[in-house]
Amino acid sequence: MAQVSSIANEQTSTPVSSSKSVMLRISRYNPEHDDSSKFMEFNVPYEKWTTVLEAILEVKKHFDHSVAVRYSCRQATCGSCGMMINGKPRLACFTKISELDSDVVTVEPMNNFPIIRDLAVKFERLFDTHQKIKPYLIRDDTELETDEREFLQSPKELEQYIQFANCIKCGLCNSACPTMATDSSFVGPQALAQAYRYVADSRDKGKDSRLKIIDESHGIWRCHFAGSCSQVCPKGVDPAMGIQFLRGYLLGFRS
Amino acid sequence: MTKDEHKAGIGGMANPTRYGIERVAYWLMRLTGLGLLAYFVAHIYETSNILRGQVGWDEFLALTQTTEGHIFLALVIAMCVFHTVNGVRVMLGHGGIGVGTPARPDYPYDPASQNYRHKIGIYSAILLAAIATMYGLAVMFGE
Amino acid sequence: MRESTIMKIHYGTALAAVALVAVHILMRLTQGFADSLEYESVIANYKFVPYAIMLELILILLSVHGFNGLRVILLELKQGQIYEKAVSYGCLAAMIGLIAYGSRTIIMTNMGMV
Repeated sequence: MAQVSSIANEQTSTPVSSSKSVMLRISRYNPEHDDSSKFMEFNVPYEKWTTVLEAILEVKKHFDHSVAVRYSCRQATCGSCGMMINGKPRLACFTKISELDSDVVTVEPMNNFPIIRDLAVKFERLFDTHQKIKPYLIRDDTELETDEREFLQSPKELEQYIQFANCIKCGLCNSACPTMATDSSFVGPQALAQAYRYVADSRDKGKDSRLKIIDESHGIWRCHFAGSCSQVCPKGVDPAMGIQFLRGYLLGFRS
Repeated sequence: MTKDEHKAGIGGMANPTRYGIERVAYWLMRLTGLGLLAYFVAHIYETSNILRGQVGWDEFLALTQTTEGHIFLALVIAMCVFHTVNGVRVMLGHGGIGVGTPARPDYPYDPASQNYRHKIGIYSAILLAAIATMYGLAVMFGE
Repeated sequence: MRESTIMKIHYGTALAAVALVAVHILMRLTQGFADSLEYESVIANYKFVPYAIMLELILILLSVHGFNGLRVILLELKQGQIYEKAVSYGCLAAMIGLIAYGSRTIIMTNMGMV
């Protein structure tokens, strides 16, 4: 049974000026105690600019401080507050309630990530797969000689990978991916897009070693170009594009 | 897959809603692939009736030359055409063809890989499958 | 075998099968769909060596493509060393079995052993 609370019925420390309110349904689950998740419902006032994260923080402030949510920058830069909002993975700090066009906002932990508690999920696997593809420049001459300058790049060379360097490791792409929905061993769109980010970098010489890492039974070939990763990316990284370019190298379309 | 992993599961994988026509195409590709493999195995089995001579062949033919048999074959035609056309689209995409070019992303960050070329490819696959099915039905029921 | 090699075979078999299946279907349509399925017509097709070779190629191409596709779907559904080996070898066995069964029909009919 869902519990319903309303800010309007409470004495609040901050004045509530909004005439609009939304039903915020928050998934509650503690793996240490609970057998299954349950929803708690809260009526939360909102303005045109109120984000889902702000609404959750209102709930924490006025009703239930035990709601577990991870956040930090509140400006879509740290990648901490990814969650399922009305069935789609989104950043809570980057999603305005008014944009959702719904009287009910349901927030759940991201799919395909183990739950720590409520809306907070574990990122270990994402960081492991990210590390697996060697997310750094590989070359023999990393030490600069005297009188030498940095590894210069033309704007055109920069354009080849800068889009993919925008990744904030929020995990939304891995949450939306249909392969990750069932395949626990799949390297995932986040790591694959980052593999392309370094392969496409003119300063990098580690293409062959990265291609070898991703060319395995749960590697790049388990991507079927459904494109859901790109549709949910809050930074315009477009992992699907990077993955197809990366696969182009393995198929001989690119060199 | 354990409960701890909180995977979306087969339901999440197979759910064709929420992520646009590309996800529908992904789901249809999988479904038609499995359907065509099942038909292919059945087709190899049924055509082996030829080894039983004319009587065996005619018996099998009588089973397939029914309204249900024709409708089933029309469904196979639809699956075959969709799987082929969409398969060519996916294959081109897998080679990095028609997925856009890397550029500095601008808000609202519409992904270049989910572009009109691929959407046209998907809708064409569905349309051609429908046309081929109707042609197949006309041929089968017209005789 | 590397996964990229397997997938190149997967794409190659798909493209080749599309061309040959198109010929196979066109043969049904040019002869008249119902007439082409008559016993004598089918036997004549099997006894025409180039057509029999084409049927054999379609059999091999679609078996390889189809069962590799099934392997991919099954590998993505569940993981584990024993399961994955069982899926890979199971699909390979099914592929060989189907090719053997279909080849038997083609060869026996072509040689007039009906």
